[in-house]
Amino acid sequence: MGNKFRSIETKHYEERDAFFEGLKRLDRRAFLRVAGMSAGIVAGMGLRTPQSFQLVNVAEAQGTKPRFTFAYISDTHLYEQKLNDRFVRSILKAVDDVNGLDPQPDFVLFGGDLAQLGQAGELKLGAQILKSVKAPVRMMVGEHDWFLDMGELWRDLFGAPNYSFDHKGVHFVVLNSILEKDFWTERKLTPMERMKIVAGLDNGIQSRFEVGGEQRAWMKQDLAKVDKKTPVIVFSHSPLYKYYRPWNFWTDDADEVQALLKPFERVTVIHGHTHQLLTNRIDNIQFHGMLSTAWPWPYAPEGLPQLTVQMNRPDPFSQFDGCGDGRVDVLESGLVDKLYNLWERNPITVRGSYLASGGKQDAPPRTKLPSY
Amino acid sequence: MTYRMKLWVGAGALLSFAGGVALATSPAPRPEALQTTELPRHQVPVSKDGNLVVGMCDGETSLEVKGVKEGQKLTRAQAARVSGELMDAWRKKNPDANWDPAPPPVVAQGQKQAPQQKNPPMGTQKPATGGAVREGGVTAESGGKEVRKQAGVNIQDGHSYGAFTQRDEAVWAASTQQFVDEGHRVFHDADAVGGTIAVSCDMCHPDASNTHPETYPKYQVQLGRVALLRDMINWCIENPVRGKPLADGDPRLRAMEAYIYAQRKGTKLEYGKK
Ligand SMILES: [Fe+2]
Ligand SMILES: [Fe+2]
Repeated sequence: MGNKFRSIETKHYEERDAFFEGLKRLDRRAFLRVAGMSAGIVAGMGLRTPQSFQLVNVAEAQGTKPRFTFAYISDTHLYEQKLNDRFVRSILKAVDDVNGLDPQPDFVLFGGDLAQLGQAGELKLGAQILKSVKAPVRMMVGEHDWFLDMGELWRDLFGAPNYSFDHKGVHFVVLNSILEKDFWTERKLTPMERMKIVAGLDNGIQSRFEVGGEQRAWMKQDLAKVDKKTPVIVFSHSPLYKYYRPWNFWTDDADEVQALLKPFERVTVIHGHTHQLLTNRIDNIQFHGMLSTAWPWPYAPEGLPQLTVQMNRPDPFSQFDGCGDGRVDVLESGLVDKLYNLWERNPITVRGSYLASGGKQDAPPRTKLPSY
Repeated sequence: MTYRMKLWVGAGALLSFAGGVALATSPAPRPEALQTTELPRHQVPVSKDGNLVVGMCDGETSLEVKGVKEGQKLTRAQAARVSGELMDAWRKKNPDANWDPAPPPVVAQGQKQAPQQKNPPMGTQKPATGGAVREGGVTAESGGKEVRKQAGVNIQDGHSYGAFTQRDEAVWAASTQQFVDEGHRVFHDADAVGGTIAVSCDMCHPDASNTHPETYPKYQVQLGRVALLRDMINWCIENPVRGKPLADGDPRLRAMEAYIYAQRKGTKLEYGKK
């Protein structure tokens, strides 16, 4: 770069970015130490006061070195740009985030709901934008991508919605968990009517999400080849458990899918759809939600998993609050630490050790402002 | 606050009503479902001596105030006496009807004590008359039927304080539900609410969750003033939804308020809650 002489502001923002980037890499103890040392910096983060971050020595977390990391962008819900540029700006912000990661993640998971109403203009816009992601992108499908043409265009653009792959000793399974039993034929709904019903959360017309028998059979076969000691990471758009049925925060055949995963020692499910900080553990399976770039959902009135530490309720006056992207650190042990990169807030890491200890260790910071 | 205070407030409202305050009607087009006819008015008889005649909120009872001419203002003490006499008259007509005692005053969250009122309301006086208050609020058995039996007594037929039927109740419930349903429709439809970027309210608030109507009025730091629920509805319409704020009387705003409150049935009112 040619700009040898950088202004104080430029330096300030570079240091500030490095500081907050560093925070994401800290374990809890180191974070407290750094936070104490530089409380003024944290307090000043909204004030844009020129001050130096150089005092801060970002320490790497001890003993839990990741085997590798991957990043995620999820639930971008794109409309065409001329109709809604806000959501477009949000996905671009996320792409900047993951492209700015140093070191670069091994790949970027896209968590589904790329489009808002499954329309060609929306899906193609998303595909175009995701081309500018530097790391390889692994795609997953969401219900908003699917129910206009039942996944036809999505498959043309991105391939099969369910697949598996191995990466550095971890077996990955990607599911299409948003299939629904036919509720449209009998009602004589047009494709767009069907799409709009699925796109709404609080209507009882649509069916519940499911992986379905066919895909479960495929999954069973796929997992048969995998050693039970191999860490397994599953990507599904809906949470692979039963959280809140009225909003389809739910997978109807979750129990059957979990049964397939039971024989494995270390299983992690990373899911989208719920647009919130969401944490669960069922026996050997750890579950983490992903943030949306478009909007946060409120926590459901019941069924919230006990291990979930809620995120502060979003400020409606701030366009990006409660939204974001994130990163997953796959540890040597096969557990994962899940980073929620909440835009305009301190990042929050939910550690594998927190879930493994049943919430006794490494609890994420508690919320100041829970949902009403 | 005793029931007297409430009465006085009611009488005061009626005084201004009789004084000819016109009810503003919204010029905005409203859906067929929410068409309302003009609100009924209480026509009080004209005094032949030109005295002031005060009407009661039941729409029937009135009282001529001797010595005060139409157009003159009552003193506070006179107004209290008038409202007391009107209430006594109403009680005679509705001997068994319930009259809820007013709840004790509450304060907004975070406030330690209610500010002392400079003028203690009339309600601090002892009520002069009044029968026992019955548990359970107004019911069909609150006395209307008994009253009807008494010949020569003016009967408030179909009046909400007295006799009403299951059919009446069904009509009221259906009308209310219609209002709420219209709110549901607007809440879920970006075009209906006037949005320009296809974002609708339910996209962030399924089942109107996290709208917490029970916390208003409250100081909204981001607005720098005290906000009502409708202020926040309009904030969302202007910003995430990118529409134009709705006028206070806009039927869509009224319907959305109805829907949002209906979703929070049973939630404790906690105005001022952060
Ligand atoms: Fe989504
Ligand atoms: Fe979704």
